[in-house]
Amino acid sequence: MEDLSYYKEKRSEDWRVELRKTKKAKERTLMERISMLEQDAVERSQNIEEVNLGLTEEMALVEAQRCLDCANPTCITGCPVGINIPGFIKKIEVKDFLGAAEVLKDTNTLPAVCGRVCPQEKQCENSCFYTVQLKKPPVAIGYLERFAADYERNSGKMAIPKVATNNGIKVAIIGSGPAGLAASADLVKFGYDVTVFEALHEIGGVLKYGIPEFRLPNEIVDVEIENLRKMGVKFRTNFIVGKTASFDDLRAQGYQAFFVGSGAGLPRFMNIPGENSIGIFSSNEYLTRVNLMKAADNNYDTPVSFGDTIAVIGGGNTAMDSVRTAKRLGAKRAVIIYRRSIEEMPARVEEVKHAQEEGIEFMNLHNPVEYIADQDGHVKQMRLQKMKLGEPDASGRRRPIPIDGSEFLMDVDAVVVSVGVSPNPLIPSSLKDLETTKWGTIVVNQDTMQSSVKDIFAGGDIVRGGATVILAMGDGRKAAAGIHDYLMEKVKKN
Amino acid sequence: MYKIIEKEFFSEKVVKLVLEAADIAKSRKAGHFVIVRVDEKGERIPLTIADSDIERGTITLVIQVVGVTSAKLANLNVGDEILDVVGPLGKATHIENFGTVLAAGGGVGVAPLYPIVKALKEAGNRVITVLAARTKDLIILEDEMRKYSDEVIVMTDDGSYGKKGLVTMGMEEVIEREKVDFSMIIGPAIMMKFGALTTKKYNIPTEVSLNTIMVDGTGMCGACRVSVGGKTQFVCVDGPEFDAHQVDFDEMLMRLNAYKKEETEAYEKYLALQQA
Repeated sequence: MEDLSYYKEKRSEDWRVELRKTKKAKERTLMERISMLEQDAVERSQNIEEVNLGLTEEMALVEAQRCLDCANPTCITGCPVGINIPGFIKKIEVKDFLGAAEVLKDTNTLPAVCGRVCPQEKQCENSCFYTVQLKKPPVAIGYLERFAADYERNSGKMAIPKVATNNGIKVAIIGSGPAGLAASADLVKFGYDVTVFEALHEIGGVLKYGIPEFRLPNEIVDVEIENLRKMGVKFRTNFIVGKTASFDDLRAQGYQAFFVGSGAGLPRFMNIPGENSIGIFSSNEYLTRVNLMKAADNNYDTPVSFGDTIAVIGGGNTAMDSVRTAKRLGAKRAVIIYRRSIEEMPARVEEVKHAQEEGIEFMNLHNPVEYIADQDGHVKQMRLQKMKLGEPDASGRRRPIPIDGSEFLMDVDAVVVSVGVSPNPLIPSSLKDLETTKWGTIVVNQDTMQSSVKDIFAGGDIVRGGATVILAMGDGRKAAAGIHDYLMEKVKKN
Repeated sequence: MYKIIEKEFFSEKVVKLVLEAADIAKSRKAGHFVIVRVDEKGERIPLTIADSDIERGTITLVIQVVGVTSAKLANLNVGDEILDVVGPLGKATHIENFGTVLAAGGGVGVAPLYPIVKALKEAGNRVITVLAARTKDLIILEDEMRKYSDEVIVMTDDGSYGKKGLVTMGMEEVIEREKVDFSMIIGPAIMMKFGALTTKKYNIPTEVSLNTIMVDGTGMCGACRVSVGGKTQFVCVDGPEFDAHQVDFDEMLMRLNAYKKEETEAYEKYLALQQA
């Protein structure tokens, strides 16, 4: 964070100064971090309700007291969008929960979402004074963020952010995931005539098709979308820019700038024998069937594979989402197959912990090398190879090395491959002048998110290749500022 | 919402729907498909666009009733609306003047073949079209095809119309008679498999249009994957048209049956409900 003066100014407001005096720092640091209320592990593994139940008001008030309101709030530097963290936590401490939500929404379009899915343990909470200096559990920033956002939503007094008068300048947002939603919110606030184009039939992108209900209820995303609508953002589903209409078509309709947040669409497979057998899915397919298409509900037409043993290949959040979904769909054995050890897993600690509590099996240091199908082409077995860890590789994690002669067969009814995604090629392939990397991501200016085509800006996974909701949102906001500068410059010239 | 403005039964199980979809009508080319979701509970299925009318802002789909979704579509009437239609998807057909083209269509596959035949004819090709079906009632779009073909050969399995025999017989008749520079085959997977084997025997460059199971249709899920030349390809974004001689049809046929059991059960349940 280059400039903390804004935060410092807020910190020296009278009420903050007084509040700090109400309790000694020493006393604050002696308080224990609260624990999230959760659904019982056995019960929740049989339903799709949210696992985390949130904090009570009392819990939030107590936890907010732990925050020392540091003169140098290192937590903020750990947040990709620079949320005024002590600012909102102190509002909670004085019981101004709606005020806390307001502070969050200054910088974060979707606090109820981020409070649930952000890897706080790697970001703000990892830079918290408690973590860094006291070697104690950090302030539960994520839980408090969620608390404030949920409080506001349930209060019936959800503030609709003020928007500038419509300036009539049309801007197109491509993709309605976290990057696109964040960009649309800022642009509509600046006064632009914003339309979000979405390829699927529902708004929300990965928040809808990817992240399961038990981790992020759709209702929460829908409330945020409804608010954007109230702010004046228009949405068009079933519309693929570059296919349904070209960029030139939209330019002819008066769109003066574009933000591309089309995500990392293409699932990767391992290219091993038998991988195209029936019953082997990408995690994208498995989760889309269940989350977006509601395949597990008998009233819906889309089918999905059920089975006693479901193996999920990979160790990321998407792998955890898939394996925990499989358990909820009735798998007796829902198994993670991961080629490194649990220490190297990219998934959030909380997700791994929840999975373990729910009875997910972890076969770490294993890797599939072949799938064997029955006579109908349906996968029935997988050949697994045991691995050991070698020296750290480019990612800094210890490299998995196959152990010779360690192969064995395991019976499976279905397999979900969750080993990463590649950028969606639909947009880059429809624009010849657009500069892309060899991985297919769009090249942008890091400060403005502007691409090699002047009126096209981009952010989120289509630029990063695969990141988090909060980073995508940060990109969306940065791009909105970039688009604003670009268009104001253009208006001045004319 | 996408309103149906025309409906025509070609046969008991094959129906033509003309629906409002102005953007798609304007941007689609031969070979493109759409993904359709009939209603709130519906699944997403791919359907190749058979025709479009830019002025009316409509696209034409031809649907064969094989399960719940296709039955739901066939039960819709003029004035009804389809909840979701997105497209045009896939790569458009590569059209050029090859010389003589042999176009072979089987069953409802004749519908997606029609715009390709039209485009090939307009590009200056000599187009010979083989239309094949089990029986006379299932031969569709014959007049339209005749309009854009130099010659049309009709084949029926039971001999009730045209010549008796399989599509490959009609194809071989042409190949043995004159030089064919390019062939396009669209129909049921099994028909395309044997059609491809036929043209391979004569080394005729051949393309097929694959209709696999899809969910999103934009490259996101990989449900549609097929092996082409030993490499996994996604029909939705890499296709739907591929070099017929490189496609692993046996794998494709197998994958088309992925949900056979669920589909049959759901369809029986649906039919029972319709009766009740």
